[in-house]
Amino acid sequence: MKQRCKNGLPALILLFVLLLGWQMGAMQMNAAYILPSPIQILQRLWELRVPLFTAHLPATMSVTAIGLAISIVFGLALAVLMDAKPGVQRALYPIVIASQTIPTTALAPLFVLWFGYSIWSKVLVTVLITFFPITITVYDGLQSVKVEMVELLTTFGANKWDVFLKLKLPATLPYFFSALKMAIPMSIIGAAIGEWLGAQSGLGYFSRRMLTQLDGAGVFAPIVLLSVIAMLIVGLIAVVEKKVIRWRGDL
Amino acid sequence: MLEFRNVTFQYDVEDFNIIDELSFHVEAGEFVSIIGASGCGKSTIFRLVNQLLPMKSGEILVNGHSILGQKSYCGYMPQRDLLFPWRTVGENLRLPLEIRGGFTKDKMNERVQTALSHVGLAGCEHKAPSELSGGMRQRAAFARTVLTDSQLLLLDEPFSALDFLTRISMQEWLLGQWETDRPTILFITHDVEEALFLSGRVLVVEETPIRRLTSIEVPAGYPRTRACLADPKMIALRERLIDMLRKEGPV
Repeated sequence: MKQRCKNGLPALILLFVLLLGWQMGAMQMNAAYILPSPIQILQRLWELRVPLFTAHLPATMSVTAIGLAISIVFGLALAVLMDAKPGVQRALYPIVIASQTIPTTALAPLFVLWFGYSIWSKVLVTVLITFFPITITVYDGLQSVKVEMVELLTTFGANKWDVFLKLKLPATLPYFFSALKMAIPMSIIGAAIGEWLGAQSGLGYFSRRMLTQLDGAGVFAPIVLLSVIAMLIVGLIAVVEKKVIRWRGDL
Repeated sequence: MLEFRNVTFQYDVEDFNIIDELSFHVEAGEFVSIIGASGCGKSTIFRLVNQLLPMKSGEILVNGHSILGQKSYCGYMPQRDLLFPWRTVGENLRLPLEIRGGFTKDKMNERVQTALSHVGLAGCEHKAPSELSGGMRQRAAFARTVLTDSQLLLLDEPFSALDFLTRISMQEWLLGQWETDRPTILFITHDVEEALFLSGRVLVVEETPIRRLTSIEVPAGYPRTRACLADPKMIALRERLIDMLRKEGPV
């Protein structure tokens, strides 16, 4: 623990210096509607705590959770399918990659047109942004399994299912955790973008409403909240990962 | 025990048969080494026996029956130990039993414990493979091979990645294992001294494509110690074998 504090120290110092610079710059400028200072943002976060935590945070989190769940199921299924059937891989892989060149944010207004202000337009944005890293990372994990290990199991008489269960699944777990750690912040961003473009609640929507009122600190407050939440969840996943995978790098 | 009858094999990417009408046989309980320069196709012979590669024509018999359709007739130990890092040593040894199926959990644990104490690793059951030294890992891999319950063991340069001192003690250890259980061992190596020390008979790969294996009896009985390598007859044979291998020239 002591070691970890020591490792984090340079980053903390740098962060503090940057925040200090921001604070001084903002005070110098003295135009909170353009550049609010960190202290003003924290103040605003405290003032707005009731609507933020009771109405808007739950809305954003439910979009994130639903979108992430769909992405995980969809992404894992696609990765396993591509790994098992090279024909499917050849058909799908280029399309999956190409789909990432489409600016989802630019399409999002269209989703609002299709699904209205309901939760599903936001979920769709989230899914489109997150399923890609999950699919590709997990697929790479499945492909990274050593041929010699597959052969060894084959000489023991293993069938495809044995190989999947006893080798591919455990070998891919670290990749899955990496995918998760990438996908969680992205899913939160996706949800916020969706809300920004059309919603009746959510932190993205709230941030936008504050912008129309020229409340700079109010724009930042929900964003700070989102970042902190994303960091907390990723940290939690990292803890779980450490517990589950003790052998990372031994392969 | 093992018989090759006019076996021919060709790799898809090559325009010649790397193994061409090859015939040889190994008696039950023999310790036979196959030596040859690297890249000569020694390992291909193993991969034909354990059916990782399909032969083009000919027949391979184990216990008088064609290997086609037979299961768990040979145990294969590759050059690298290939212990799965996410499994403990004991769980690694359980793999061949799990895949074959039909064992209760207690029975599997009992067999794993016996096998571990047999190779001098009693008490290492719950350790991670990364906690073992190179020699211990190879012994665990050997125990895993033995747990396939096949009387024919194919060992593909199992000690080549070990340092010199560990290697010679592992050779003595393997000889001890063979003298107690008398399985049929087919041992691939490019180390002439290792082949002479271990085996009753040496099969030399003199040419690629492999059309025949030159069989040479080792002029020493069992049990043996390293002192036998200093015997003039052994030294003469060693020189002869080295000459035979070098005739092939650099590959």
